[in-house]
Amino acid sequence: VSEPTSLLLEMRFAARAEELQGVRDAVREQAASQGCGAECAGDIAMAVDEACQNIIRHGYRWDPEGTIELRMERIGQELVLFLADSAPTVDPARVKPRSLDEPRPGGIGTHLIRTVMDQAEFVKTSSERGNLLRMVKRIR
Amino acid sequence: VQHELREDGKRLVVSFQGDLDLQSSPGARRVLLECVGRSQNVLVDLSAVPYLDSSGVASLVEAYQLSRSRGTSFALVSVSPRALRVLELARLDKVFAIHSSLDAPDGG
Repeated sequence: VSEPTSLLLEMRFAARAEELQGVRDAVREQAASQGCGAECAGDIAMAVDEACQNIIRHGYRWDPEGTIELRMERIGQELVLFLADSAPTVDPARVKPRSLDEPRPGGIGTHLIRTVMDQAEFVKTSSERGNLLRMVKRIR
Repeated sequence: VQHELREDGKRLVVSFQGDLDLQSSPGARRVLLECVGRSQNVLVDLSAVPYLDSSGVASLVEAYQLSRSRGTSFALVSVSPRALRVLELARLDKVFAIHSSLDAPDGG
């Protein structure tokens, strides 16, 4: 029996820094509407922001013509977020959080995503270019 | 990002207003490094920073490291709940000195 699915949010935006505040606000609002508390909704918005930053920096390498598509769904007791880009395909093995034993700038974003989300993984796509990241947060 | 600087005794207080994110962090980084570069003790007021991302955290870490190499102090004060959450997740809440208010006893 499949869980009831509802589409909460669908956005397409330029892979640029100035877009991220609006994206965060939209995600936070939808997460809150599904019963997430302020901290949880903020965590999900942050995970989406950090994932977009990875696309902007490492995927498109700051090419302002790149675009990102975000889809947010509620499936049963889970919030499921998809981020699609058409940047060169990344090797998931290279996207690893670094150790935080030594304080130094950089490399914190992926750690933040994995810490707050229950799942975050790249989904294989049939196209040659592009990446699809799927993130899941269980609503408690 | 908007910021305000003021001298408070032997320390320089820098207050940012607005999100510290991918868009604003380069500017915030310049301000922070310039403040620490003055070889003064620096206190960063984050009460009006509702959002802090990894690039903002990286700017704070860089300024903190510069202050250590210069032998000056670098501390955070009145950190907003969201910013504190991120510092905790990044395990930096024990690295930075974090004061609850400007009147904290050691003054930063």
